[in-house]
Amino acid sequence: MYSLTSIELEALQLSLKVAFLAVTISLPLGIAVAWILARYSFPGKPVLDGIVHLPLVLPPVVVGYLLLVVLGREGLIGRWLYSLFDITLAFTWQGAAVAAAVMAFPLMVRSIRLALELVDRKLEAAAFTLGASYWNVFVTVTLPLISPGILAGCLLAFARSLGEFGATITFAANIPGVTQTIPLALYSVIQTPEGELAALRLAVLSVALSFAALAVSEILARRLRKRLVG
Amino acid sequence: MLKIDVQKNLNAFQIATRFECDSSGVTALFGRSGSGKTTIVNMLAGLVTPERGKVVIKDRVLFDSDHGINIPPQKRRLGYVFQEDRLFPHLNVRKNLLYGWKRAPKTARRIQLEQVVEMLGIERLLERNPGRLSGGEKQRVALGRALLANPSLLLMDEPLAALDQARKEDVLPFIERLRDEFDVPIVYVSHSMEEIVRLADTMVLISDGQVEAVGAVDDVMGRLDLRPLTGRYEAGAVLNARISKHDPEFALTELAFGGGTLRIPLLDVPVGTLLRLRIRARDVSLALTPPNDISIQNVFKATIVGIGSETGPQIDLRLDAGGAAVWARITKRALMTLKLEPGREIYAMVKAIAVDRHSLGRVTGPDRFLSGD
Repeated sequence: MYSLTSIELEALQLSLKVAFLAVTISLPLGIAVAWILARYSFPGKPVLDGIVHLPLVLPPVVVGYLLLVVLGREGLIGRWLYSLFDITLAFTWQGAAVAAAVMAFPLMVRSIRLALELVDRKLEAAAFTLGASYWNVFVTVTLPLISPGILAGCLLAFARSLGEFGATITFAANIPGVTQTIPLALYSVIQTPEGELAALRLAVLSVALSFAALAVSEILARRLRKRLVG
Repeated sequence: MLKIDVQKNLNAFQIATRFECDSSGVTALFGRSGSGKTTIVNMLAGLVTPERGKVVIKDRVLFDSDHGINIPPQKRRLGYVFQEDRLFPHLNVRKNLLYGWKRAPKTARRIQLEQVVEMLGIERLLERNPGRLSGGEKQRVALGRALLANPSLLLMDEPLAALDQARKEDVLPFIERLRDEFDVPIVYVSHSMEEIVRLADTMVLISDGQVEAVGAVDDVMGRLDLRPLTGRYEAGAVLNARISKHDPEFALTELAFGGGTLRIPLLDVPVGTLLRLRIRARDVSLALTPPNDISIQNVFKATIVGIGSETGPQIDLRLDAGGAAVWARITKRALMTLKLEPGREIYAMVKAIAVDRHSLGRVTGPDRFLSGD
């Protein structure tokens, strides 16, 4: 009862793996896009803003389908990835991570963008007068100041990835041990007769995982706050 | 040498500033709030780009629109102390202080952390975060941080304006020490006459983005035509005077200036020191005959050389006291009753306590600026 079955363990490991990779993929890109949206104005800005936010409003299944069209082995970019680098994303756990990353991306960007807009640009100007280059100012002043926003963005993206279902099942399918994360496993056991107990156990596991993520982020946030406020 | 000739359109007016001055010592940019002083300093620092013009500091061209030169702020090597402290909240005091020092070329690091920490008295603050410092402490650290960048020139934009009077008194002596102990020229922006008299040698008077006058502080303050800009309440003469004697019995110090001797409350400054002091026009009274039996300690002969044209009940008179310009503010009624007119010899009276430490500064600049001494 208290130990996890092999299917549960696999689903847990896979969920964590997928969520971590999803955050890793979306973080640098998220910072870059948030930076562009927060600091620059250019003609196509509303379009970029719209594309970034699309996964938030589109049905996840549509996102999954679009990913198949673009990144599937026969897809626009997927074809190149396969023939040049022998990379297949569709129906793999990396593909599940890509789907989760796309779905989580708007949350990541919003959080970092908000933090960037709150940064006192006068501090950056002060750093310039002290001889720091643009990149140096970004790394030593801007980045530390937005770190709480980055952390919040990562947590949101992580949680969103743990819960991702529609885009994942469409793009990466529901293959036990390969792409079957906790939500997909839960979906599968609900489909089987007498799967109530297994479903309940997975639901509890999911709740526990989310709480753990929240706790870790709270601890990190406190540390950051202490560093910023002293 | 500081050479600036810049133009920039702001919403309210156009900045068209042009002046040249010796950059040694303290050069004050004086003007009312909103006269464009901060924008001019930002153009020196490279934080604001002029539409056209030229900025040269110590033979180094920092900006020249004709030749497409615009050195970015991080390469200008100018220290900047802002109105707000702008300390990095995520770094402790030590790391804040060393931020610019670490980025200065090794060969330029002539000012070291220990000296600055000692001068500013901030040893016990080093490991603290800026969030846990008082306003005065923060501004002291900001001074140290700019100084430790080992700049070729320090820019200070109203560094005391955000502090209350008591905090100002805490920080001002440190700026004086910084000026006296480190050989870094300073451009000091302020709208406070008090600060300028205490700190500056040269003064650039700015109004609506234009330079109205450049010169020694006492010369600029002595000019009748600039009175509307130097301010009515603030108005007064700035004199250079040398300490001739201390009188511990009455706790007074005697100063020699062109017009004679001034007695002011005792100063802890050696005899022979040259001071700059401000005598406000409203603290000077006039008499036609040498007054006897009065409490006022400072009476000196002077000649009326100019009469202002103010509207209202008061009027300002410019006096010449042995070559030193002094101002007196009297009522128009007194002017009429005493039949005062240019050329008339009178006796000027100043209460000893009217000259306080707020209106005293040590003269540090080159001797050529001295007058009436």
